Amino acid sequence: MAVVTLNVNGQDVAVPAGASLLEATRAAAADVPTLCHLDGLNPVSSCRLCLVEVEGSNKLLPACSTAAAEGMVVHTHTPRLREYRRMAVELFFAEGNHVCAVCVANTHCELQDMAVTVGMDHSRFPYQYPQRSVDASHPQFTLDHNRCILCTRCVRVCDEIEGAHVWDIGSRGGQCHIVAGLDEPWGQVQACTSCGKCVEVCPTGALFRNTDTTAEKQPDASLPALLRSARDQHRWHNQ
Amino acid sequence: MPSPVQVRCCDASGCRSAGSQALRTALEGARDAAGLDPSQLTIKPVGCLRQCGSGPLVACDRPGRTQLFGGLAPEQAGALIAEATADATAVPASMADGLAAHRIDLEGPFFALQRPVVLEGCGQVNPESIDDAIAFGTYAQLQRVLQELSPEQVRDEVRRSGLRGRGGAGYPTGLKWDTVALQPPGPRYVVCNADEGDPGAFMDRSVLESDPHRLIEGMAIAAYAVGAERGFVYVRAEYPLAIERLRLALQQARSRHLLGNHIHGTSFNLRLEVRVGAGAYVCGEETALLLSIQGQRGMPQPRPPFPAQSGLWGAPTLINNVETFTAVPAILREGGDWYAAMGTEHSKGTKVFALSGAVVNTGLVEVPMGTPLRTVVEVIGGGVPDGSPIKAVQTGGPSGGCIPAERLDTPVDYESLVELGSMMGSGGMVVMGQSTSMPEVARHFMGFSVNESCGKCIPCRAGTVQLAQLLDRFVERRASPEDMERLDALCQMVKVTSLCGLGQSAPNPVLSTLRWFRHEYEAACREPADALATGRVR
Repeated sequence: MAVVTLNVNGQDVAVPAGASLLEATRAAAADVPTLCHLDGLNPVSSCRLCLVEVEGSNKLLPACSTAAAEGMVVHTHTPRLREYRRMAVELFFAEGNHVCAVCVANTHCELQDMAVTVGMDHSRFPYQYPQRSVDASHPQFTLDHNRCILCTRCVRVCDEIEGAHVWDIGSRGGQCHIVAGLDEPWGQVQACTSCGKCVEVCPTGALFRNTDTTAEKQPDASLPALLRSARDQHRWHNQ
Repeated sequence: MPSPVQVRCCDASGCRSAGSQALRTALEGARDAAGLDPSQLTIKPVGCLRQCGSGPLVACDRPGRTQLFGGLAPEQAGALIAEATADATAVPASMADGLAAHRIDLEGPFFALQRPVVLEGCGQVNPESIDDAIAFGTYAQLQRVLQELSPEQVRDEVRRSGLRGRGGAGYPTGLKWDTVALQPPGPRYVVCNADEGDPGAFMDRSVLESDPHRLIEGMAIAAYAVGAERGFVYVRAEYPLAIERLRLALQQARSRHLLGNHIHGTSFNLRLEVRVGAGAYVCGEETALLLSIQGQRGMPQPRPPFPAQSGLWGAPTLINNVETFTAVPAILREGGDWYAAMGTEHSKGTKVFALSGAVVNTGLVEVPMGTPLRTVVEVIGGGVPDGSPIKAVQTGGPSGGCIPAERLDTPVDYESLVELGSMMGSGGMVVMGQSTSMPEVARHFMGFSVNESCGKCIPCRAGTVQLAQLLDRFVERRASPEDMERLDALCQMVKVTSLCGLGQSAPNPVLSTLRWFRHEYEAACREPADALATGRVR
């Protein structure tokens, strides 16, 4: 197996050729934060939290979608990266309606955890309090747009793993929102198999089971990676 | 044989909106009334005659003399026909006087300082007639290239010309062509980006409306050079006339076997199609554009892989701007060295600008790279109509910035503009007079970016919204010094962390006005009451 070696935060690491920078930073235990990325799904580099500095590049590079290359010198936690990450998380909180106290995902929310990770205790940007809706038309699940951060994990898991492509993105800019089917109520979308993968991978409380109430959501975001390895390598985690 | 006397009527969008079609009908009526037939006096619709602000434009060609008239009313058609056909002495004095007021001096700086290369056929050929285009020399280079040159020789010529992408980023065209050509064997595509969305930019539209065959020739040469057999022109839906003419031109080219299989009896095949955008500015970003062509939602993708490696349907794809492709036939005709002799060390050739705003001569301007900005806006453009000094020049639309009057002597090339915090962009140039408020300009462009953000990445989707709200505070004179810091910090964050070029350049209008006109922002927060009372900024 071909291997590339690179330096992350002063530590030399070796990863298989073709691995992403994110995998390399994990090998160095660098704890690069991610929100939109999920192992097993194709990266989209939209949350910009995994941006890292690579010496010789005048741009910050998203670790999730950049290939690790021989001899790279990577810095993952410089002061400006920390500041940008905090600002990005502030922007996430300010653009939606994130009220942890009444959220199904409270204490199991990746956005909430991210705020702690990047040291964000309040947003310096004014909250936008957008008017968003809740789609409770599905018999088993609910979509609360107020809590959606548009990571598109649900879109990707439904398209890439389940193969149903129920979800997509509608509109643009600040008006962007997840749409079911042809922008229909979720419950009317016949393509939906009710598999629940979207609920498992949702990092916040935007997608949840109707049986969950405040702080009861227990998602399993490792699902896509398990299914991917089961399919690609015929390896099941209980073997 | 063209008749000795020819009247060329501009029939591009700008002059159409100024009534050029009624004028042309009146001219044809006047010709018939004068008892002349088309063989004695040709009246032909042509593309852009460049000084768009004075439209409708009409050019009169007689042997040894060409005159240009602007803003003629249909009632003056008779006088123009008389002027065009008779001896100067035969025209009644009153009529001649009436026309004289509409004469535009072709020896004046607006035309004399220009160097038409891309625009050489604009205003000369009838954009709806392939015969006219061929008579003007279009497609001759395609034939020569196919019959005499290898793809390597074509690429070598383009590389020698030093041509850089005219869409704004300025990537070396020859290098891009080589990258596509050197990919492993397999299908590849050529794509023309005609999704010109910057406010104040109308260069590509004018080329499409005025000389579509030259673009097709340029694309065909490019396709031959990189080994593509299929291509697309992605035009924004807001350019209906351009789409109509391009489609007609493609149809004509196909019927003459200048597109299709075995072009000029060689083994070279090319299929070109038009794809029409659906109103998203972001689809001018190349990766979003390619997705849109494939029928998907136009959202930028992380690069690498670059389209030259993996573009349309995963195949190597050459994507260039309208102006870039259109410059190619002239480069091959005159040679790369001829093109490289124009311009500056790092920015070769000529560039088309769309000049508008507070300026006397609004229109299309093609000048050698490196021409000082002052020459473009003050000499060619004629400066602010009321004679007051220029305050700033905005280049590059919502991705560019404002260049202050004291920097007008900067040569126009890629590097110099970036150094000033602006960018070449596609070529829109908006001149601003003294009464323009810079925070308002910044807010205007930020509003544009808010509306046009695709919403994929957080800095652009939410950051531009916050920036627009911060700018509201300055425009409404209720900002605090902390807002200034927040503005600075957020601009940096959006610029550095956004996914695509749109987000990365969205803060440029703010950053450049903060850099050159910081006092206007300070005035909005330091003594707001005083500023409100006096109505003055400083």
